[in-house]
Amino acid sequence: MATADLRSTEKPAYKVIGTRPVRHDGVDKVTGRAQYGADVRLTGMLHAAMLRSPYAHATVKNIDTSKAEAVPGVRAVVTSADLPDHGDRMVELGEGAVNMRHLATNVLAGDKVLYKGHAVAAVAADDVHTAREAVKLIEVEYELLEPVLDVRQAMEPTAPVLNDDVRTQSVGGADPGDDAKPTNVAKHILFEKGNAAEAFETAHLVVEREFHTATVHQGYIEPHNATAVWNADGKVTVYTSTQGSFTVRQQTAELLRIPVSDVKVVPMEIGGGFGGKISVYLQPVAVLLSRKSGRPVKLVMDRADVFEATGPTPGSYIRVKLGVSEEGKLVAGDAYLAYEAGAYPGSPVGPGCMCIFSCYDFPTARVEGFDVCVNKPRTNAYRAPGSTNACFAVDTVMDELAAKLGIDPAEFRLMNAAEEGTRRVDGPVYNRIGMVETVEAIKQSEHYNSPLEGPNRGRGIATGFWFNAGLNSSVSATVNLDGTVSLVEGSTDIGGTRTSIAMQFAETLGITAEAVKPAVVDTDSVGYTDVTGGSRVTFATGIAAVEAAKDVMAQLVERAALVWGCSADDVTYSDGAAHGPNGENLHFDEIAERLNTTGGPVIGSGTCSGVNQSGAFGTHCVDVEVDPDTGKVQILRYTVAQDAGTAIHPDYVEGQMQGGAVQGIGWALNEEYWYDGEGSMRNATFLDYRIPTCYDVPMIETIIVEVPDPNHPYGVRGVGEVPICPPPAAIANAVHQAVGVRMQQLPMSPPRVLAEILKK
Amino acid sequence: MPKRIVSCTINGTPTEFLCEPRWTLLEALRDGLDMTGTKEGCSNGNCGACTVLLNGESVVSCLVLAVECEGAELRTIEGVAEGSHLDEVQNAFLECAALQCGVCTPGFIVQAESLLDEIPEPTEDEIRFHLAGNLCRCTGYDKIVRAVQAAAEKRQTADA
Repeated sequence: MATADLRSTEKPAYKVIGTRPVRHDGVDKVTGRAQYGADVRLTGMLHAAMLRSPYAHATVKNIDTSKAEAVPGVRAVVTSADLPDHGDRMVELGEGAVNMRHLATNVLAGDKVLYKGHAVAAVAADDVHTAREAVKLIEVEYELLEPVLDVRQAMEPTAPVLNDDVRTQSVGGADPGDDAKPTNVAKHILFEKGNAAEAFETAHLVVEREFHTATVHQGYIEPHNATAVWNADGKVTVYTSTQGSFTVRQQTAELLRIPVSDVKVVPMEIGGGFGGKISVYLQPVAVLLSRKSGRPVKLVMDRADVFEATGPTPGSYIRVKLGVSEEGKLVAGDAYLAYEAGAYPGSPVGPGCMCIFSCYDFPTARVEGFDVCVNKPRTNAYRAPGSTNACFAVDTVMDELAAKLGIDPAEFRLMNAAEEGTRRVDGPVYNRIGMVETVEAIKQSEHYNSPLEGPNRGRGIATGFWFNAGLNSSVSATVNLDGTVSLVEGSTDIGGTRTSIAMQFAETLGITAEAVKPAVVDTDSVGYTDVTGGSRVTFATGIAAVEAAKDVMAQLVERAALVWGCSADDVTYSDGAAHGPNGENLHFDEIAERLNTTGGPVIGSGTCSGVNQSGAFGTHCVDVEVDPDTGKVQILRYTVAQDAGTAIHPDYVEGQMQGGAVQGIGWALNEEYWYDGEGSMRNATFLDYRIPTCYDVPMIETIIVEVPDPNHPYGVRGVGEVPICPPPAAIANAVHQAVGVRMQQLPMSPPRVLAEILKK
Repeated sequence: MPKRIVSCTINGTPTEFLCEPRWTLLEALRDGLDMTGTKEGCSNGNCGACTVLLNGESVVSCLVLAVECEGAELRTIEGVAEGSHLDEVQNAFLECAALQCGVCTPGFIVQAESLLDEIPEPTEDEIRFHLAGNLCRCTGYDKIVRAVQAAAEKRQTADA
């Protein structure tokens, strides 16, 4: 199994960047010492349990908690009555304005429950069994309403409406909706570039297809958790696994209407997030229970709660129409995307609309999108949110066009690839990007050029795009007398970013990665830092670390100047040492050793704000074998080529590419929420919601392409999200080559594939 | 609920603990004994995060009642390293970057120990088959399988 490395040879010779040191938190994680959210133990701690709605859509007429409160060992019971009323307040929570009523009623339902599993009340007791038993004694009077579970049904004027405060918001060129009547359509988006309708008239070939994708979950292994202490002085501490300690702090404070600085969030190790551990669920409830009981309270979800009340990424309906010239150049694109928002507005249909045509250069295009409420859990970000659904649709049609034109699918993509200067349909013009390079990498790969023999076997490729975020990050660094540096950061570490940040700091200061000791600290102990999301940490927190290293460097230069009795202007710093005007050298270690006699401690700091990434692209190639009797699709071989800009720690870059690809394989082949007619999820376990096991997949080959991002000092591009985008399309294209059917529905589970084969 | 005393050996140390009859072994380890290295991912035996060795056999500790462990020999992630000396599997996970978030890692390491005890030179297929009850959502399994291969090789070289 070859793993190619196409990293640039023209770049500076780095000493630390591009090496593969053991991660700093590694030993803790292989010995079981690492403390995750559920591992928190506090003196006098109570355990809590949540009552959740058994119905998908109902009015809550009354909640009687008296029997639960009477159970010996029960210390507090809370319902939405314990949360302040938020009216129509909109609050900026770091990544866009949030409707506080929607956030609050998702945390604890008000007068309506909008999905099965919707939180209704919570109990804190001496132990978790008592809490769970007491929860069963809470009496809730529901009046059942008809649920709506399908995105297109929910758009019908006669559909049951979930939220009476939702009106259609117009984005881009969409017509403003009717403001008078409540609706499930929360957003209507329209992007246009040129006149697509006219351009389709000139097309040599037009293909239009419809796609359906199922609701899927991020599937992190660690359930959500929160432990909270409301202290007698009104100060609140929350221990939790989260992608963003600062956003949890702000959401919690806003929900409880207390000053943000009265809340301290201590980020514990986090067992996966993929976008699903940004919004608060349990944290405010644990705080309320702690306030009521006067004791620390711990609240942990079980797996069914995680499936039924958190996560998912939208099911969707997408229609794509593409037109090409006789030579195979795209002339027009038209897309219609309707995404399920779940119970409250906020599906990633916006990014879906921006991503759907983002890999290619469309002279004209029209994209229309709808954000639609349905009686499912409120959707959340999931690794390149919105892009995978869109990529599945567009790259399947691209494959069909290539086949009809008789052009090699990689060549067809290269002929139409987006590059620097291409304007996206939604407006922005690309900076330097590596779309072409990733397709070339696959086209030239041993995999793509190897023969694929045997019946019912096929090969497919697809490309994907994700923006990647910049946002805000803070880092501070203390030089220790023994020549090490304590590095403090606010980005919670889900996949080895302590090390990728420390390596950039080390490279800048000319020291080893091992000499840097990174720590992720609480919200009182580091500057504001946005979420670990948007593939931004190695990029943006990396920039903050480089800035902190430069700050330290400037101070070390002054110390060296003091030692040599010269002006700091005459001292330079390179290769981990200060160099004086007369050929003197002081290594970093030597300056560090003398800090206390040259002016005392050296602390550097750095921030990153408002630096945008230039975008990430990946091209995947997959070989499958389809069992014609059962419809089961087996992955035989899989290769990911991705532009990482500059790979700081190649192992963890490969890890993101491999992990993202396998999540995409699960989305493509197995994963879906099964609902019954009443809106009850019938497969809320890992047995029935089947994510890939290691027996389902082969080794995932990787080709790291490096087209440095001009917006980062070392050229880093985020790598976390884009690898989930291409798998469904690549696999669908391979299935077509294998058995001649075009799969237009996800997941491509055996019954669906078999049904298409039998239709032939 | 009245508690029972259970006597067993955990990581080589004779241990007595109190538990309610309804407690799972996972609860007894985590909540009773403060051994939180064993992780809870699903509590219904589907994810493997809570894997421990019970009398040498790998089990998901969320499906074993604590009272069933009377007289048993238990090995958990806390007992894989010898003092501060990591074993081959732990080292291989570090060197092969076989973890990202790390929450499934204790379960995988304990499961890999049981595999290598049973099959010292496993094929890739045997590794994948044996680890298929342990879910990882971050890595795509590639580097985990390679780590187990590397550990097996190291162990063979050490034994030779």
